[in-house]
Amino acid sequence: MNAPTIWILTPAIFAILLMPLRNQRALSLIGGVFTVLLAVAAQFVPMEQALRLGTLSLRIESSLNILGRQLVINPQEGPLLALIYGATSLWFFGAEASKSALRFVPLGLLVTALMVASIAVEPFLFAALFIETAVLLAVPLVTSIDKPPGKGIIRFLIYQTLAMPCILTSGWLLAGVEASPGNLTLAAQSAAVLGLGFAFLLAVFPLYNWIPMLLEESPPFTVGFLLWILPTATLVFGVGFIDRYSWLRTSPQFVTALRFSGLLMLATGGLWAAFQNHIGRIMAYGSIAETGFALLALSLDSRVGIPILFLLFPARALGLAVWSLALTILKERSKSMRFSDVRGMLRIAPIAGAGLALASLSTSGFPLLGGFPARLALWDALARVSLTGAFWMGVGVISLFAASFRMLAVLSMADEYAGWEANENWLQALMLGLGIIGLFILGLFPQAVQFFLADLPAMFEHLGQ
Amino acid sequence: MTPFLSQIVILLLVATSTGILLARKWRWLIAFLSAQYAGVFLLALQHLPLGMATVKVIAGWMGAAILGMTHSSLEEERPETLPQGRFFRLVAAGIVLLIAGTGAPFVDSLMANAGMIVSAGGMLLIGMGLIHLGVTDQPLRVTIGLMTVLAGFEVLYAAVENSILVAALLATITLGLALTGSYLMIASAKEENQAETI
Repeated sequence: MNAPTIWILTPAIFAILLMPLRNQRALSLIGGVFTVLLAVAAQFVPMEQALRLGTLSLRIESSLNILGRQLVINPQEGPLLALIYGATSLWFFGAEASKSALRFVPLGLLVTALMVASIAVEPFLFAALFIETAVLLAVPLVTSIDKPPGKGIIRFLIYQTLAMPCILTSGWLLAGVEASPGNLTLAAQSAAVLGLGFAFLLAVFPLYNWIPMLLEESPPFTVGFLLWILPTATLVFGVGFIDRYSWLRTSPQFVTALRFSGLLMLATGGLWAAFQNHIGRIMAYGSIAETGFALLALSLDSRVGIPILFLLFPARALGLAVWSLALTILKERSKSMRFSDVRGMLRIAPIAGAGLALASLSTSGFPLLGGFPARLALWDALARVSLTGAFWMGVGVISLFAASFRMLAVLSMADEYAGWEANENWLQALMLGLGIIGLFILGLFPQAVQFFLADLPAMFEHLGQ
Repeated sequence: MTPFLSQIVILLLVATSTGILLARKWRWLIAFLSAQYAGVFLLALQHLPLGMATVKVIAGWMGAAILGMTHSSLEEERPETLPQGRFFRLVAAGIVLLIAGTGAPFVDSLMANAGMIVSAGGMLLIGMGLIHLGVTDQPLRVTIGLMTVLAGFEVLYAAVENSILVAALLATITLGLALTGSYLMIASAKEENQAETI
């Protein structure tokens, strides 16, 4: 028995087996329970140690040889797998409430397994190939064969596909830089190609225009899942790159580039969000700003930045899950997601409206909500190294607040005599309610997730020290 | 590869990639794409064993077949309006050709002396694919553009990496792209059918 078989091959095979199932509730429950089991196993079952079950003795090896290369899941990566599969279970349990379980659960599980494979593959730069395969699977996940594809999905496919050659080429060039560290030209060339690859993958400014388009034209719940899983795995992959190459870790220009891109994404994401009249596009720019926060965390001293980066992950997962589920429910009940069509919806779908507002406020970093602790720590650490950076982060955060309050104002602008009625069904209300409670728990008791997060930096040999 | 054969391969790639850029009929697109993969095979053969180079051409031909079969089942032959501005495309192709020719020595040195022909061929395909992606948003053409870029990359990458896993994953991605393109073409056809009904 080995870890890649349990956490990569088994979910992939299970996802294929789920495909013929046509019952939303069964799919949602089976997918959710299965991923919870994977998360629990990742957190509690020890790897590379003998595990005694009565008379049986099991040992989970960490590697699997496949076509001359290896998939390796180290014991230190257990909490990350628990986080990924735990967050995936949130989406799967919510899939029935969003009425998207039929395609979402099997394809989502397959995408998740591929993203885990991208973290596990050795040599690690082959991760780009697994990410590209996941991207190709994501196309049927967010589009329907019965509806013409929009420009957003085409751009998504192009940008994400172009990332793969850049990453693989940069891997080759970086090996050359390691061999001859004095070759500054080669270092600059490899850094440029690497930067371009990650700019495509993480949708760094200005390559993020597909995100708002996709949220206009595709189901918000599935797009939300994609906006969570792709950047999360890509960021872990990116940190692996930084950890592996010492010249990259110690380069001041690289830190400046990361900080500049993070601030650009945060400021533009926030400002664009503040001027949108479409609640889907506001979520899109919110997720762009989230990636900006993550890049900013990476630009800090690794002893501070890496724990903050991991602290951002659970809040992002929960925030986007609640946000996209609330959007899906509101979209069902209105003609479109434009402000003119969702005006006063708080009285028609109060729980979804509250979920939307709270998830958006959490992304902005509103106190008491999930996003707050990580943003506060990030702002504090950033202000210690760059006041200009802290100022622009403030601009981004204030703009996100403006977008959230504008959205809240529009949702609550009902006719004077309109009554309150909760039109969400019990399952939608339950999932949103649990999500909202989760956002408060993450905000009030951030140490609750330290159980998962405390050991995560140890998965990086240099950055985690 | 003899100098004569090298010139033939480059000429083949110039003809097929320019043909893809200029072709109006989808049948020509598929034919050019298939011929292009024959050129990719010959270039990949410079650094890969026969079996692994064959995987690339078979994956490419299967991808072309998937796209062709999907398109043929979707609609009857009708006058194509795209591509417009053939002269512009021809000029753009000329510029890419110029860049590939002049940039090949640089890429050659960067990619572990892959060989001038391999570098020029790879650059040419990547450039032509990018031009194609820049001028269209039709699923068939976007897919072919992406396959062209990836084919160019595969030619170059074969010089530095000959792992079986990478070859298998790249072949999977080529096929996956073709399947995704087919999926998007089928979905696009719904729009056209709806528009005709209205």
